[in-house]
Amino acid sequence: MPVTLGPHLLLALLEGVVGALVLALTALGLSLVFGVMRIVNVAHGAFFMLGAVVTWYVSSATGSFLLALVAAPLAVGGIAVVADRLVLRRIGYEPESTIVATIGLLYILEQLVLMTYGPYARPVAAPIYFRIDFGWFGYSGYKLVVAAAAAFLLVAAWLALSRTTLGLYLRATQQDREIAQAFAVPVGRVYSLAFGVGGGLAALAGALIVPVQQAHYLMGLDALLLSFVVVILGGLGSLTGTVVAALVVGLADGAVSVLFSPTLAKIVATLLVGVVLAVRGRGLFGEELA
Amino acid sequence: MTLGLHLAVLAVLAALQLVLPPFHHGMVARVMVLAAYAIGYNLLLGYTGLMSLGHAIFFAAGMYGTGLTVHHGGFGVAAALVVGLAAALAVGAVVGVMTVRTAGPAFLIVTMMLAQAFYLATLHFNELTLGDQGFILPALEVTLAGRAFALADPAVKYNVALVVFGACLLASLGLVRSPVGRVLVALRENEERTRLLGYHTGRYRVLAVALSGLVSGLAGATYTLLFSYVGSTFAGVLYSIYPLLWTLLGGAGTTLGPLVGTLLMTYAIDVTSGITDAYLVIVGAALVLTILWAPAGVVGGLRARWARWLP
Repeated sequence: MPVTLGPHLLLALLEGVVGALVLALTALGLSLVFGVMRIVNVAHGAFFMLGAVVTWYVSSATGSFLLALVAAPLAVGGIAVVADRLVLRRIGYEPESTIVATIGLLYILEQLVLMTYGPYARPVAAPIYFRIDFGWFGYSGYKLVVAAAAAFLLVAAWLALSRTTLGLYLRATQQDREIAQAFAVPVGRVYSLAFGVGGGLAALAGALIVPVQQAHYLMGLDALLLSFVVVILGGLGSLTGTVVAALVVGLADGAVSVLFSPTLAKIVATLLVGVVLAVRGRGLFGEELA
Repeated sequence: MTLGLHLAVLAVLAALQLVLPPFHHGMVARVMVLAAYAIGYNLLLGYTGLMSLGHAIFFAAGMYGTGLTVHHGGFGVAAALVVGLAAALAVGAVVGVMTVRTAGPAFLIVTMMLAQAFYLATLHFNELTLGDQGFILPALEVTLAGRAFALADPAVKYNVALVVFGACLLASLGLVRSPVGRVLVALRENEERTRLLGYHTGRYRVLAVALSGLVSGLAGATYTLLFSYVGSTFAGVLYSIYPLLWTLLGGAGTTLGPLVGTLLMTYAIDVTSGITDAYLVIVGAALVLTILWAPAGVVGGLRARWARWLP
């Protein structure tokens, strides 16, 4: 056993880091939407899946993965904004109605993809292909590029939130909607923006992961559940907490998946979150969900 | 008047079996079992004001409790049903206690997570449950007054479904008109005020979740006995969303809403699935349209306009 434990641990660590950074990107979108709009977006996983599917369409039509990487978040962000205007705004962002509406949105998007794209799991060739030899095993270089890209995007998102006027609007609306409005922040548009950016971040994560995971119309559910896990453990509305929790959960998930079984890892994660939220309504850090 | 109306609905359902062609005969039998599930859901959403996204855990607890004891233990119908109900009640009590301090979206997410853990467990322990693939139960029969009735017989199926549905419908009517039911409605309207009036709101909430779980589990157990199949699909997210949709569409907080919603939606899905493989799109569309334009549901809308007395 000790002879083989080393490579297993290294593999678990690598898988964990890659998974964790992509998860952080996905969950950041969910956390932003919750923080700014005070709503739980059940369709978040569908946005992740759409990002992957759009990437497949664009990169197989044009042959350019980079173009797809730009197109996916823009297209999905656009869809999210339309959904916000057509549905969520009309029900006044009432928490439970919003959840029902986003469940509906999830099924509409998922089934429309099934109608057009079909029930297949289709791969997209990685734009860069190289292997890194760790002695015991070779590891896909693209996965490490994904991790680096996700980390870069997280930093970019943090800069955008903390250094730009739009970021200021988002943070102001999150802190106090009415005061923000009194200071001429266009709260209605900020809501649409938050929903669009949230969807776009999920789509970006989905786009990055396609070459590793393949695009499939049901891939959103796992992404959604893990994002919930992360957002709740990290604290509702706390973006830093979300990123930290994503790293912890992603690493733990990678380790348990490699060493035991992926299903067991998910059982542990979902039970953990159920218990945490049941005992402490606000998650480990952050604000009360009510 | 209200009791009369409910008995009339049951009488119509009983009479329908004489005129329905075989396909619809089977459909309505299935609708009645699923409507019993929706009644269980409605106790929580409609009368206690708690929106759960994990009711499949109760349906599946009833289903697995009954199915596993038949499959592995060779239990008869009655004994297996008791095990199924006990499992559902126990799961209901545990979920109730665990969620007693959560409200609104937090309740929803906790129930969703617990149900997901249960679903994953049915996959993980696949030596026992056969996971996704599930298993088929042997031909079962019930003995009543010295005569054996095979559950596979369509007429028996229909009438067992009718009895179970009728029992759930009348029990829910009785509950919501009882003092306990009034307290649950008070919880829905204002939990804080109910507590100030001196009620142990926590106990009533646990009771509501456990009862809702019991009724949902009864539906799950009946489903598995009548349709002879147990599989993890029934523990999945979709089977938590269905009762939410049926209840909202028919009218949350109305006793007849669950039946109306289940009937409409089961037929809508049947028609759509003849047209496209992506028939679940109708589930999404129905959810969005209901919440946008008919948040009170069909029966709720009728009540608001013409029949204020509907329970």
